[in-house]
Amino acid sequence: MKNQIQLVLKENVRDVAGEKIRQEATDFLQIDTGKVKTGKIFNVLYDLQPAEIEKFANLGLKDEIIHDVYINSFYQNPQFKTFVLISKLPGVTDDEGISAQKTLNDILDRNLEVSTQHIYTDDIYLFEKDLSDAELKDLSEQMLYNKLIQHFEFGKFTGRIEYIPEVKIQSDERVRIIDLNISDDELMQLSKDMLLSLNLEEMKAIRAYFADEKVKAYRQRKNLPENPTDCEMEVLAQTWSEHCKHKEFSAMIDYENKETGEKLTIDSMFKTYIRKSTEIIRERLEKAGNNWLLKIFTDNAGVVKIDDEKVFVWKVETHNSPSAIDPYGGAITGILGNNRDPLGTGIGGGKLLFNTNVLCFGSPFYDKELLPGQLHPRRIFEGVRHGIEDGGNKSGIPTVNGSIIFDDRYSGKPLVYCGTGGVMPYRFNGVNSWLKPIDAGDLIIMAGGRVGKDGIHGATFSSAEIDEHSPQSAVQIGSPITQKLVSDFMQEAVVAGLIKSSTDNGAGGLSSSVGELATISGGAVINLEKVPLKYANLKPWEIFISESQERMTFVVTKDKKEALFDLAKEREVELSDLGYFTDDGFIDVRYDGKSVAFLNMEFLHEGVPRKYLEAVWEKPELHEPQLPENLDYNDILLQLMGSLNICSRENVIRQYDHEVKGKTTIKPLMGPKGKAPQDAAVMRFDFDSFAGIAVSNGILPRYSDIDAFQMSAGAFDEAVRQIIAVGGKLPDPEDKTNRFWTVNDNFCTPDSAYDPVTNPDGKLKLAKLVQMNQALFEMSTYFNIPMTSGKDSMKNDFKAGKIKISVPPTILYSMVAKVDDVRRTVTSDFKADGDLIYQIGKTYDELGASEFYKLFDELGANVPQVHKENARRIYEKVMLANEQNLIESNHDISDGGLAVAVTESAFGGGFGAEIELAKFTDLDLKAILFAESHSRFICSIKPENRARFEAIFGDDAMLLGEVTSEEKLSVKFQKNEVINIEMNKLRTAWEKGLM
Amino acid sequence: MKKVKALVVTGFGINCEEEMAAAYRLAGAEAVICHLNDVFAGKISIRDFDVLNFPGGFAFGDDLGSGKVLSNKMKFKKMPDGSLFLDEIRKFLSEGKFILGVCNGFQFLVKMGLLPDVEGKWQQEVTLTRNNSAKFEDRWVWCKVNPNSKTPFLKGIDVLPLPVRHGEGKLIIGDEKIEKGILEKGLNCLSYCDAEGNVTGEYPLNPNGADLNCAGLTNETGQVFGLMPHPEAFLSLYNHPNWGQLKRRNPNVSEDGEGLKIFKNIVEYIISRKERKDANRNE
Repeated sequence: MKNQIQLVLKENVRDVAGEKIRQEATDFLQIDTGKVKTGKIFNVLYDLQPAEIEKFANLGLKDEIIHDVYINSFYQNPQFKTFVLISKLPGVTDDEGISAQKTLNDILDRNLEVSTQHIYTDDIYLFEKDLSDAELKDLSEQMLYNKLIQHFEFGKFTGRIEYIPEVKIQSDERVRIIDLNISDDELMQLSKDMLLSLNLEEMKAIRAYFADEKVKAYRQRKNLPENPTDCEMEVLAQTWSEHCKHKEFSAMIDYENKETGEKLTIDSMFKTYIRKSTEIIRERLEKAGNNWLLKIFTDNAGVVKIDDEKVFVWKVETHNSPSAIDPYGGAITGILGNNRDPLGTGIGGGKLLFNTNVLCFGSPFYDKELLPGQLHPRRIFEGVRHGIEDGGNKSGIPTVNGSIIFDDRYSGKPLVYCGTGGVMPYRFNGVNSWLKPIDAGDLIIMAGGRVGKDGIHGATFSSAEIDEHSPQSAVQIGSPITQKLVSDFMQEAVVAGLIKSSTDNGAGGLSSSVGELATISGGAVINLEKVPLKYANLKPWEIFISESQERMTFVVTKDKKEALFDLAKEREVELSDLGYFTDDGFIDVRYDGKSVAFLNMEFLHEGVPRKYLEAVWEKPELHEPQLPENLDYNDILLQLMGSLNICSRENVIRQYDHEVKGKTTIKPLMGPKGKAPQDAAVMRFDFDSFAGIAVSNGILPRYSDIDAFQMSAGAFDEAVRQIIAVGGKLPDPEDKTNRFWTVNDNFCTPDSAYDPVTNPDGKLKLAKLVQMNQALFEMSTYFNIPMTSGKDSMKNDFKAGKIKISVPPTILYSMVAKVDDVRRTVTSDFKADGDLIYQIGKTYDELGASEFYKLFDELGANVPQVHKENARRIYEKVMLANEQNLIESNHDISDGGLAVAVTESAFGGGFGAEIELAKFTDLDLKAILFAESHSRFICSIKPENRARFEAIFGDDAMLLGEVTSEEKLSVKFQKNEVINIEMNKLRTAWEKGLM
Repeated sequence: MKKVKALVVTGFGINCEEEMAAAYRLAGAEAVICHLNDVFAGKISIRDFDVLNFPGGFAFGDDLGSGKVLSNKMKFKKMPDGSLFLDEIRKFLSEGKFILGVCNGFQFLVKMGLLPDVEGKWQQEVTLTRNNSAKFEDRWVWCKVNPNSKTPFLKGIDVLPLPVRHGEGKLIIGDEKIEKGILEKGLNCLSYCDAEGNVTGEYPLNPNGADLNCAGLTNETGQVFGLMPHPEAFLSLYNHPNWGQLKRRNPNVSEDGEGLKIFKNIVEYIISRKERKDANRNE
């Protein structure tokens, strides 16, 4: 029994969505669709009476001001010649359908089952023009639909819609036994066929485990076969995936630097550089009695102390592979998944304060032919942006800052970094909130979304290259509303003392979440038949590793179970009691009382063989380019302002809600017209105090083409100086005010494991990764700025046949620092005409890998170097000047150099600037204007503060000129006016760069 | 003197409840945040409060159009005693109390028919739908207060800057009769304007293409007030994107945000009315 309801806009209502499609089809595909009419279709599978359907359609769905409604018939009009219908594939999240189900219950005052899908929604597009099938297909594939998650129909609309994406799975054998007593070749084939992503050594380690006599003996007692079950193989593959075990960061590496002759054996880059640097800083803090580092590297997110009342918890992750194949779904699950990290840290249930996103894409104007399975960068950009919009806005979490980098090497795999910070009380009911106590006997309670085939093999998949046959189940769609309900519920439940600990279900699903929690108590028993499913007939292993979204796992003591379930019912959150923790050293996964996996925890978590890798650094042959004489600097500055990596992100920024919660005080765009780009975001914690945080991101992938160490060190410096620019203060182990800094490091690299055939330059790539780590260590220990959490994504290569598109080695440093008083922070825009403009810091002949050279398609050789001692001296002076309220505006100098920074500060404030470059004596004009040397700022001060300002800075600041009311930029060098251009033109170029 | 009591509802994807509650606290009232299901279950009665607030957010993800699922819930949901929640609201308003809806809360009040309610039937007369830009946008706009508007929420305010953060904020008025009624009764209490207070349809000053350039509506009594911009997001000067220059130009500028005035207005109004009542009683 099926009823269909269609909503279309009345003839006199503007079809804004239709107009947008028409415009984009013209702009990007050169297809003239004529007028486009959009419609929404609800396929209702509940058994309802005609009067009930009528009531539901007219009262529940229709907006009477704008909609016409059709019941069991569809809008048809000879004006529209062709159509496209987009439906979801079976099992794909359909939130609109679920919301319609809930409203149906309210309207009919019924109690219909709403947690599985009974209403399926479609989108229909009617086109005025008689488009050919080829055009309709092109339009659908390029703009409207994604074959991995959607079904589409097109042509001439017949007035009938038959397709309903009901999930129907044939039930077959529940548990399969995997015979491992086979040849090496067959083992590898098995790994490939099962999509395990395990290498031969790992497969052999598994075989050896099951061949062990002790293992055989306890398996016999459990009535399990000698060979592993499918569930056991899947659990091992998931737990041992690169995504979960970070095998390359834990590997033994032989490193040789042929430039210096240095040879090293590195016993785990993670331990040697990342964890070690934080441990050193922690020792210094402890020694001074000021340790604000509460939790590092051991939970879903790092935790630092804000004050005696609260702690700050945050995490930045990547979601690259899913975003490459389904940009919207990849990004939204990325952001929602990352939200669950701080939410599932310690006891859990913190309040999420902000999101930050850094994105790397190919050029939106990419004009090379697309490879099979490759989406156009513009589509990836738009899809990811939309996913971040919905993920943040619908969750009520402000997206406070971010960055977008364009480089065609990201056109295969984009990088999608998602970060989320939150605040927890210092204690919940007397227990420190960041602790994660679990004892044998505690219950395993799952909350949130139901389980389907979504994302099965997601964890292993993101460790592998994408090809044109990537499995459909790799894609998941997020449901922000489901997660919002869970997150609100958690906040209530932790305060009421009903949850003892929690974690999120992310990559690897229950296998990962319960598997990791079980290491705390020493084992667990899970009953998979109790997991609520989206549809019937999932196999046990599928239930266990499914990555269906919006789920949390709680640790609950038996005496709290009833109260927790009562609250969940009131808040409309579905809970299920899946089992309990043990301390016998085994994870025991059961279905209907029978074990389907029984694995030794130590083997599961420690049994993966170490990797051995080689890294060799050879300095590339590079030189500085010869540029044409007599450059037109007006024109160059215009080009730079409009260049992809410098131009305005306003269109993106404004589609993110950056001020929900009412706590954001420095937003991405400030100033009288909201045009001044800012260096770091600033937020306050509460409405009754002005203490808060500054949030920044440092990322400079282009520099790795010349020097990966300087790229990493430079990105670190960039993130630090952005926080200094807005008025932050460097950390000091001796400081008594708990001035914390906390960093997430995120490495995204191409495959860096050498292979003579498939990856001949792997040793060089790995050497770059080693150097990035060395820079991290050097910078963080020098500044006492600790990593508290992080992530690595190691296979960012897109392959189609023999062609490979690999990302440049990329590291993102995401930093948060405490700010004592947000009222005393500083924005980047000039504040008043007549103010004096200074450059703080020193410019060097460093145009290598600059945006300026990129205009000429040159790389150069002189990449900016970090002088960390100078940097610290300069930052301390900025701190001192800010303490005396001497700085009116401050903007860090980065992409595009001094000229771009002055321009942004000027038009951001609605002013112009008169600059004279008299004090630069030993540098070429090009370097003065455009070098991206680190640790520099453009600041402005009141003229009356000149003496005090100069007394602080001495040679570390030089007067450049003054802010003018005339909105024009004038730059003089050696008595010549080298730039003279209206701000209006510069701003327009900046605003139009992405159009 | 008893404090004014504000109830701020939450749940189902509402997400501006904390700043809304903070707004009332900063205005001197007592604010309680409560899940709508606790109201529906009769655990909390709206009638114990002076102002009922529907904050912004994405109730039910705005899946069937902004505010739609929530308004269905309100219209059809039965309370434990079999009555409709709508009847509670009727009683609440008949006691002279106030309702504020911001953004998603405004969308919901409109879809419930509480605003503008020209014909007094509580039937939907206007809607809020997709912006002409086809985008969600977060930007600061200027709002002009209609001098004919009687709602105490806007007393003494002429022009004020506020952020809008919505994808479905375009007001569409069902028919001319309703439009005429809105204009005659001055129910379009808030309009998008330029910095000088001239009402305008120019994008992005009018960020969504609303009919009458309307940013907010009241009902005829002024008790129900809904608006797309977010006054609760401008409680502090430092919420304003140009606070740097504002402070530079006037070092003594108030550190309160201008949005706070709306909450202070209603709190003061309720207090003064209570005082009047007390005075009458004493006579």
